[in-house]
Amino acid sequence: MRRPSVASLVWQQFRYQNKVFWRTPIAAFFTIVFPLMLLVLFTAIFGNDEIEGLGITTAQYFTPGLAVFAAVSATYTNLAIGTAIARDNGILKRIRGTPIPPWAYIAGRVASSVYLAFLAMALMMTAGVVFYGVQIIARTLPAALLTFVVGVSCFAALGMLVAAISPNGDAAPAITNATLLPVAFISNIFFPIEDPPRWMEIAGNFFPLKAFAEAFRDAFDPTLTGPQFHWPQIGYLALWGVVASLLAIRFFRWEPSSGSMSRGRRRRAEEVSELV
Amino acid sequence: MAAIEVTGLKKSYDDVVAVDGVDIVIETGEVFALLGPNGAGKTTTVEILEGHRSADGGRISVLGFDPSTGGRAYREQIGIVLQEGAVERELSIREALSIYGGMYPRQLDPDHLIDMVGLDEKADARIKTLSGGQQRRLELALGLVGDPDLLFLDEPTTGFDPSARRQAWGILENLTSLGKTILLTTHYMDEAQHLADRIAVIDHGKIVAEGTPETLGGRADGKSVIRFGLPPGVAAEDLPVDAVMMDGDLVEVSAESATRALHDLTTWAIGRDLELERLQVTRPSLEDVYLELTAEP
Repeated sequence: MRRPSVASLVWQQFRYQNKVFWRTPIAAFFTIVFPLMLLVLFTAIFGNDEIEGLGITTAQYFTPGLAVFAAVSATYTNLAIGTAIARDNGILKRIRGTPIPPWAYIAGRVASSVYLAFLAMALMMTAGVVFYGVQIIARTLPAALLTFVVGVSCFAALGMLVAAISPNGDAAPAITNATLLPVAFISNIFFPIEDPPRWMEIAGNFFPLKAFAEAFRDAFDPTLTGPQFHWPQIGYLALWGVVASLLAIRFFRWEPSSGSMSRGRRRRAEEVSELV
Repeated sequence: MAAIEVTGLKKSYDDVVAVDGVDIVIETGEVFALLGPNGAGKTTTVEILEGHRSADGGRISVLGFDPSTGGRAYREQIGIVLQEGAVERELSIREALSIYGGMYPRQLDPDHLIDMVGLDEKADARIKTLSGGQQRRLELALGLVGDPDLLFLDEPTTGFDPSARRQAWGILENLTSLGKTILLTTHYMDEAQHLADRIAVIDHGKIVAEGTPETLGGRADGKSVIRFGLPPGVAAEDLPVDAVMMDGDLVEVSAESATRALHDLTTWAIGRDLELERLQVTRPSLEDVYLELTAEP
């Protein structure tokens, strides 16, 4: 008759969210395989010579950026879609009727997405090192790791925010795709845009992806010196993360909204529940 | 101590009153059915007791807890079978039962539950491959996985075909023998009659009748109805009892005492050497009572 500890509940959720991820081929493909395909494609298109004016190879430039892209897909996209669908299906409502503290359930979900982000990033960097001669610099690894932790936390929070505000499970992929892809373009994830129009530069600087990608990429730039802690970028990511978390907590719902239930159950009210 | 004690429960959505002053007392070990048409306030009432919704007013005590603040300790003692709950479709039945079971201090063995709801052959199948009826049985197993003292069953057999319903009833009857308190909602009268010790009929957010399946709505002391074919050459006024002509040559007699009315009638008929064709004595069925109670005014 022993009550399971909260840590064990989080751990259990973490493990089975991972299991569900690997059993959902589409999510695993877009998070793990698709960014690797982009790396192969970019180096094939542009060749792996030094990029003019940057003094580093194509792969050295793209690999960290695509690692960030994969990590954002693991956190932002997967959390938003997975959580919104779980709410549509009534899984979140079921969870609310069990003894697991709501925040422990959310923590398990978020931890799983962060773990998968690390995995996707590690795979990308390993592929870069093994196949394209990407250099890892020991001196800047602490900066790379800190940037990565703050960055994925920020995008996990944004993913939960999208889940919170999506009216249903169909809206979540629409929102994540319509935001992530354009922002990835203006954040120089796919290729560096030379002399972008002013508005594009402002927009790129506004969204957190560019700060994440630049700070992470510079930690893998052998032409730079120093430890490469980009404090303004890290601070900016943290700010986005905190604001997104507060808004996600404010708007999070455990119950499906009317109409999004299968077989159209009568639901007069969407009750806004507290996250904690 | 009663398992559930509710007085004056009220809940509105915007300006729609869903629950309007409901009082319910359910004793420990009792199977209680909340019966009513769609939109009567059943699900709202149950969801408040489950802690899914907050009430606008009234006093609520469930297993000694206020469900809205009972939190983890409360949820460890209840089981909820949702009307349309779902589980991660990528998990197997056994995995789902072990994960959800792991949230409770007391948990029932997944294999035992799988056996009990008759899903042995599907134990390791992904949930997405189950039929609708199998998913509902899994739902029932998930409601029981924490060995709850109190089980909420929200319309457990809605959408079932008659044989699946019989099967589900069999499973639920087994539960009642375990001594668990069960609150079930249904809009099927025969389900309430079959499973419940006590029934409350709810309509427009109010309890309109309460009792055992035998006594609900004054069934026990209601009038009996005697029907028979009027013998040829006899007018309804000639009969020794007050009778009403129905369709064709059928007459209907409404009697406080069926024994006395039948005695008067049969003595009268035998004395005249008449046969009372199609003679029939009925008591109002639970269905009659229910339809009358929930009729639109």
